[in-house]
Amino acid sequence: MTDFDYEALGMKAGIEIHQQLNTKEKLFSYTPAIIRDSSKHNGEVRRFLRVATSEMGDVDRAAKEEAMQARLFTYYTYDTTDLVEIDEQPPAPLNPDALHLVLMIAKMFHMTPLPQIHPMRKMIVDGSATSGFQRTALVALNGEIDKICRIETVAIEEDACQRVADQVFSVDRLGIPLIEITTTPCMKTPEQVHDVAQYIGMTLRSTGRVKRGLGTIRQDVNVSIRDGARVEIKGVQELDLIAEVVRREVQRQLSLLAIKDELIARSARVNGDVYDVTSVFVKTQSQILKKAKTILGTVLYGFAGLVGMEIQPGRRLGSEMADYAKKCGVSGLFHTDELPAYGVTKKEVAILKETLGACQNDAVIIIAATEQKCQCAMQMIVRRAKMAMEGVPEETRKMLQGGCTAYMRPLSGAARMYPETDLLPVPVTPEYWASIATPELLTDKTERFAAEYGLDAGMAHQIAFSEKLSLFERAVAEGIRPVFVARTIFASLKELSRAGISPETIPDDSVIAVMKAVEAGHAAKEAVSEILSACIRGMTLDEAIAAVAPAFSREELRVLIRGIVAERVDYIKSRGNAALGPVMGVVMKEVRGRIDGKIVSEVLDEELRRIV
Amino acid sequence: MTFSNNNPVNVAFAGLELHGTCISDINGNVLVKLSSGYNICVPTSLCTQAPERAVPPAVHEAEPLKQDANLPLLAIISTGGTIASTVDYRTGAVSSKSTVEDIIKSIPELAGIARYRTLQPFNILSENMNPAMWQKLTRAVYDEIVAGVGGVIVTHGTDTMLYSAAAVSFMLETPVPVIFVGAQRSADRPSSDNVMNAICSMKAGVSDLGEVVVCMHATTDDVACSLHRATRVRKNHTSRRDAFQSIGRTPVGTVSYPEGTVTLEDDAVVRGTYGLRLFDRLEMHCGLLQYYPGMNPDVLDAFSGYTGLVIAGTGLGHVNTDSIAKVAALTAAGTFVVMTSQCQSGEVCDRVYETGRDLLAAGVIEGGSMLPEVALVKLMWVLGNTTRREDAVRMMQTNLKGEFDHDLWRGRGE
Repeated sequence: MTDFDYEALGMKAGIEIHQQLNTKEKLFSYTPAIIRDSSKHNGEVRRFLRVATSEMGDVDRAAKEEAMQARLFTYYTYDTTDLVEIDEQPPAPLNPDALHLVLMIAKMFHMTPLPQIHPMRKMIVDGSATSGFQRTALVALNGEIDKICRIETVAIEEDACQRVADQVFSVDRLGIPLIEITTTPCMKTPEQVHDVAQYIGMTLRSTGRVKRGLGTIRQDVNVSIRDGARVEIKGVQELDLIAEVVRREVQRQLSLLAIKDELIARSARVNGDVYDVTSVFVKTQSQILKKAKTILGTVLYGFAGLVGMEIQPGRRLGSEMADYAKKCGVSGLFHTDELPAYGVTKKEVAILKETLGACQNDAVIIIAATEQKCQCAMQMIVRRAKMAMEGVPEETRKMLQGGCTAYMRPLSGAARMYPETDLLPVPVTPEYWASIATPELLTDKTERFAAEYGLDAGMAHQIAFSEKLSLFERAVAEGIRPVFVARTIFASLKELSRAGISPETIPDDSVIAVMKAVEAGHAAKEAVSEILSACIRGMTLDEAIAAVAPAFSREELRVLIRGIVAERVDYIKSRGNAALGPVMGVVMKEVRGRIDGKIVSEVLDEELRRIV
Repeated sequence: MTFSNNNPVNVAFAGLELHGTCISDINGNVLVKLSSGYNICVPTSLCTQAPERAVPPAVHEAEPLKQDANLPLLAIISTGGTIASTVDYRTGAVSSKSTVEDIIKSIPELAGIARYRTLQPFNILSENMNPAMWQKLTRAVYDEIVAGVGGVIVTHGTDTMLYSAAAVSFMLETPVPVIFVGAQRSADRPSSDNVMNAICSMKAGVSDLGEVVVCMHATTDDVACSLHRATRVRKNHTSRRDAFQSIGRTPVGTVSYPEGTVTLEDDAVVRGTYGLRLFDRLEMHCGLLQYYPGMNPDVLDAFSGYTGLVIAGTGLGHVNTDSIAKVAALTAAGTFVVMTSQCQSGEVCDRVYETGRDLLAAGVIEGGSMLPEVALVKLMWVLGNTTRREDAVRMMQTNLKGEFDHDLWRGRGE
């Protein structure tokens, strides 16, 4: 893919980061904030969602479009689900632990907290919230990201349900506390978007209190270029993809602008007339068209070749139109830029174009479904075709695999926010704000580990960003040598993991006890993983040490070495100092894991000196 | 400086200049809706008046309402429930709608079910209902039926809906269905039960039913409403959609959703079984007392001078031995005392234990399986219609409107 001069294109990007907080309970209920296995659900609730009009007669356009079809949603519930989660009970007060975390993070970005937290309802009728809204509240304003960008707002929110299938959702994720961090549109290149997202992610992880793993952090990216439009891309889960998503969005907006110019040059037009063309396909071999009750067609005058033009890898203007049509429940569309294909013959295409009076320069779109769905879908297609003549529409889009995006809904406006009347405002006093301690940034920790503990830069970074960071810090605080702790975490625990024992299942206490035993000379550091493995099988630490590697004293070692040396006197005499290595190998074979290799080397050296 | 509602304001906060609209200015704090939609609350001193923005007033075309002349006519009587509501997204306030236009605009599906007449005798929270309002409501229902409607829908707050429904049930003999309907979850939420309950109630209103019922969600799912007999229903949950449950019997009918198919039980009273008659007298000087262990018998003194008193006793219908003398004093002074039970189901029987027999001797009347709150409403109605004790006893012990959970009492009482 060609890379662009983004700054010259006037690219602007901002990001919204949603990170799950690692609290015990949910944001507005006392149930555990954990993800469940959806196959283990023990109940189902069925609900319709409906958009209520506001006093001003305003309905949020995004909400309205989501509610276009009356859909019955199914919600999976669990033995950990309560009535708040299925919208049968008013919410519990805002989880103070979650608020504390959000305030802590706000403080890390040097923000100003609001004196009162006012929970709001943000209308979402795509089915992902049982109530039809997501509770959210602004917590702090105006922060700084490492001097490169600013943060507009930090909000506390509840997470939404996870979609299990089309209209089936699981309520386990609903209500897990999230922090939402919104930057200003301060990023000018895709790489800056990546760097800012990475920095924010690092800051969040520095608290040690955010959830980890896929799906626990989601980035939304807002991108626009000059003459383009603001497009919000939802749900980028992998940091590595974020720059690619931005690049492809810029490419898409540029392509749409080029299409617009071409359409104007061709005096293209869309009159919105829709015709029933079912009769054209009565004898068709196309499986899709054969089954359809109704086939409708419309002509896009002057659009030939442009509907099929690629605007993102694998996506065309026709894909954009299909996204809009899908809102009406159809599975897709056919356009003449891609026909004949899918069983539609050249002859059928000719008849179709002739029937509709379409010329060579025109494109024809057809939709096959029920009459009602076809009509609805055609309206959406006509709408999208008209937008093509104006350039880039403002949209909310979802990410597809690889970094392309598809249309989701119009941008949501302020009309979808209204107060959560079931909750009281929560005060944040200056005293409380002052009392909130902020943790050391992981990047600062990395530097400190290298400087104070003599870890090499790579190891220091690995430890600081590892899930075993707290084990490391505790062990070091308890007096164990940092280099040894780091090696235990990255070598011994990895050995266990290779042997099928997940390091998460090993209690920190056990690891620390084993390391202390090594430091005290009761076991050799080479035996750490074997001792731990024995502990996991149920042995006490002493039993494990005795069974795996009874410690070997210096005197016992010397006796053993003398024996080995005595058998090889000639060899040693002939090789001189060079004999150390091979003989060391023989000794280690006998004592590995029972005494420190360094001691072996010392004693062996002394013994060899006596001979050579 | 103070700010008034709806004024555009600028807020200097966190080194930023924020723009929004003032929602309220109370005690030195201004609640501002930011242009992002979020509300923030900041000290008044941080706010300045912003220049008035020229926003053209939103014009919403009032579409002329078309009612299909071929459909049956229903009356919708609103008492302040939130069945059809709109939300002020600025303040979050929900206002209930009572004109046909407003209701049909909120719930367009209703236009395909019936034609409507609407009236709103009062607009209150249901906890503020009282017996005088039950009378006013019953007369309104009566007038609508006289005017020729084929069914009456009463929208009502859920807290005291069962009292009002029971009251209408006793005061009115009706040839057509009278459906009480409400919502448990606020009307502003896209998940509210108000729309489904409303649609189901209208469907019930044009059905074959001929009695007073409460129409609410059957389960937590949006798949069916139950039609509960007005004298055998209770609000059994503070917040759930399916809070209303028939006690000691099954619902008299169900309405499927979204199909709207009404299915009635064999013992449902059907349309036209009774003629239209109004008996709207109530003796309001009646009370209801929930007995509790260790209750000071002096509590009963509070009811001295009352015409009637329903006691919700323990188990089979008991109060402690110490209270019996006070009960006897009440009845001796002319208060009509009815014993009911705190148990959810079952009948009172004061002949099993000595305390019970003492209560009977003290002049207490057994209330059978009547729910205590229904017994209270009935007692008001009975004492409003007769002053002769033996008539009152007979009426209280006769199953008049299905208030007993089985029919055996009818034969024995008459």
